[in-house]
Amino acid sequence: MNARVLPLCATIAIFLLAYLFCYIQFPAMLSTRVIGNLLTDNAYLGIVAVGMTVVILSGGIDLSVGSVIAFSGVFVAVLLRETDLHPLVVFVLLLAITSAFGAAMGGLIHALAMPSFIVTLAGMFLARGAAYMLTIDSVPIDHVFYDEVLQDAYWRMPGGGRLTLIGIVMLLSVLAGMVLAHRTRFGTAVFALGGGEHTARLMGVSVGRTTVQIYAFSGFMAGLAGIVFSIYTGSGYPLATVGTELTAIATVVIGGTLLTGGAGFVFGTLIGVLTMGLIQTYIVFDGTLSSWWTKIAIGLLLLLFIMLQKGILLLGRRRRTALG
Amino acid sequence: MLLKISELTKTFPGTLALDGVRFDLKAGEVHALLGENGAGKSTLIKCLTGVHQRDHGRIELDGQDISPASTHEAQDLGIGTVYQEVNLLPNLTVAENLTFGRQETRFGMIRTGRMRADAEEMLRGYGLDHVNVGRELATYSVAIQQIIAIARAVALSGKILILDEPTASLDARETETLFDVIRNLRDQGLGIIFVSHFLDQVFELSDRLTVLRNGRHIVTADTAETSRLDLVHHMLGHELQEAEARGTRRAVGEEVIRVRGLGRRGKIDPFDLTVHAGEVIGLAGLLGSGRTETADVLFGRTPPDRGTATDADGEIDLGSPRAAIAAGFGYAPEDRKTDGIIADLSIRENIALALQARRGWASPISRSEQRALADGYIRTLDIRTTDAEKAVGDLSGGNQQKVVLARWLAMNPRFLILDEPTRGIDVGAHAEILKLIGELTEKGMSILLISSEFDELIAASDRVIVVRDRAHISELTGEQIETDRIIAAIATDDAAQGAAP
Repeated sequence: MNARVLPLCATIAIFLLAYLFCYIQFPAMLSTRVIGNLLTDNAYLGIVAVGMTVVILSGGIDLSVGSVIAFSGVFVAVLLRETDLHPLVVFVLLLAITSAFGAAMGGLIHALAMPSFIVTLAGMFLARGAAYMLTIDSVPIDHVFYDEVLQDAYWRMPGGGRLTLIGIVMLLSVLAGMVLAHRTRFGTAVFALGGGEHTARLMGVSVGRTTVQIYAFSGFMAGLAGIVFSIYTGSGYPLATVGTELTAIATVVIGGTLLTGGAGFVFGTLIGVLTMGLIQTYIVFDGTLSSWWTKIAIGLLLLLFIMLQKGILLLGRRRRTALG
Repeated sequence: MLLKISELTKTFPGTLALDGVRFDLKAGEVHALLGENGAGKSTLIKCLTGVHQRDHGRIELDGQDISPASTHEAQDLGIGTVYQEVNLLPNLTVAENLTFGRQETRFGMIRTGRMRADAEEMLRGYGLDHVNVGRELATYSVAIQQIIAIARAVALSGKILILDEPTASLDARETETLFDVIRNLRDQGLGIIFVSHFLDQVFELSDRLTVLRNGRHIVTADTAETSRLDLVHHMLGHELQEAEARGTRRAVGEEVIRVRGLGRRGKIDPFDLTVHAGEVIGLAGLLGSGRTETADVLFGRTPPDRGTATDADGEIDLGSPRAAIAAGFGYAPEDRKTDGIIADLSIRENIALALQARRGWASPISRSEQRALADGYIRTLDIRTTDAEKAVGDLSGGNQQKVVLARWLAMNPRFLILDEPTRGIDVGAHAEILKLIGELTEKGMSILLISSEFDELIAASDRVIVVRDRAHISELTGEQIETDRIIAAIATDDAAQGAAP
């Protein structure tokens, strides 16, 4: 089998096994209700993880996304409270801002030849600070469009589960991410950057433009995740989603993407997100376990995947030397 | 004439890299470009491929003046390059690598089927029908990757193909496959520039050859009419004055280390080496012949995959530099800037480094001890510095080399490998380091001296081992150690030795 799809297969296998385990313990977990909730509850995480996947595939990292989500929620809430703008107009404004923010970080990363870690760390503080400048309180969103359209739109699946609007947005984001990463020239350039910047440049990748595009995309997805999060919670709060960037990175790695870049699948990230959601759901169903067990399970899964990736790398190297 | 370069001159700050060089290339020939380090081969190639801009001179392609400003422009003009390290992306598929940047799209989406078909079309005629273009490049051997790189370069450019050390990481069978591909391309009318250190390959493959030395054009000749001896003379040139032999070649001491059949696939063929106490063994050969590879294997930098090394106490573990150091080996590598010193640390810290590593971090060497150590060596080796706290990066090349030496002397090794210890240092320091080598051996230390300057080897060595094409081919002792014999050994035809590269 091709070593490249091995992590993806492992991800899917682990998810299915985990689901089977849950089903045996709590047969009720295999229902469209649970699946619908799984998608709704993790919609914002899934969306931001798609952006993160593209960044990590290129060999970078984006630490700003958690703060950008919080900023987005606050921005939307405050603008809807202070002005008469329609939410859709506010969304467009917000996505323009977060994309530009991402693009600016990408530009700095390229122009200063700085590690993405440092630049997006600065971006993380900036975005969080900007959220606080707008308000220090939790601002409820009280708009008829929110209450009656965004939060109420769903498709009733067979079995009674609700596939909500934000769940659908998440699935569409994953689909868009898959096309972008695996089926476009931009995607090939992203993989090329992850494979080696010097070589990518020699092969004709416009490194600067691609870097800007990558972080703009991540910023856009973080903005979209922020909108979804505001719909999910019905409010904007500057202290929200602290550490979400790390959770997103974890889902990307559990999804089988190589943390050093150059190899992975966007679809795997969806499975990674669902695996995390599954663990949380299990803990809710169990009722006796502390929710901190989620973190422990995720930590163990991460460790497993990092070792798996290392193992695959070693295996590939050994096979190649054997072939000569 | 497909390509005609005349009066090409290029200066870098402080050096004249190319001085009025001429070079030409016909369609349908393989033209070898030869020269030692610093001869100007790379600069010539880089001027041609748009990496550097020339200062003077003309480059004519098909009778048109060209001055490519980037590798892309050169590629569009028809000049493609394949480097020693494959410049493709191992994590992409073969098809993506071949069609990179030119994939057909529909509604912004790559047409995968079309891309594969294009890639298969590009690979036709290279004997790679078994390659699945949908698989990652990394799953194939370096030789196949190399051929895929050539296929891409030919498809993208199509007039001139520059091969820069393409065989450096291939074995004999792979090299032969590659040569078949190259000959095939030549017969199709491509002009091929072949840069290689391997003289056998130059004679096997090329139609004509050009030798550069110190940025100057030395000779262009038909390969068939050139002898190996002439070629080596052209490459080494004036450095070949008769060197004064070491005044007294001493009687050898007792045997301390015995190496049998040590080697590593793709690096250096198995060799035997017997080291006696207090002797200097010289290692002579052209660039890329296997000198440094020998040192790397002996020191565990690239651990040997066959053979043994033994001493009076039994087998010596050469699995890693750490193990080699524990066995009393020392190694001052060729590139001291990247491998030898830590430029930002002080002289004191650099000297104490290896000793500290051996003692383990649990028993730190006190600052005053370090200081005494450093001051001692600054005095005995005459390191010119204001004090021991100066950063090593601020010293001159010769003094940096002395710091590297001091570090190893502090370890008191029994066997010290010095790879090009006098490279890039001035004449005075040069003599001092040679003198130092003599003093060290008097105390019983054995030294393996690697140098591209034959007079230096002749002056310092008790015996000289000649390496070529990654194999030890002969050993000269006593009166035999003279420049002509070394050259003759390097230039011997391979048939006599029976070892193909």
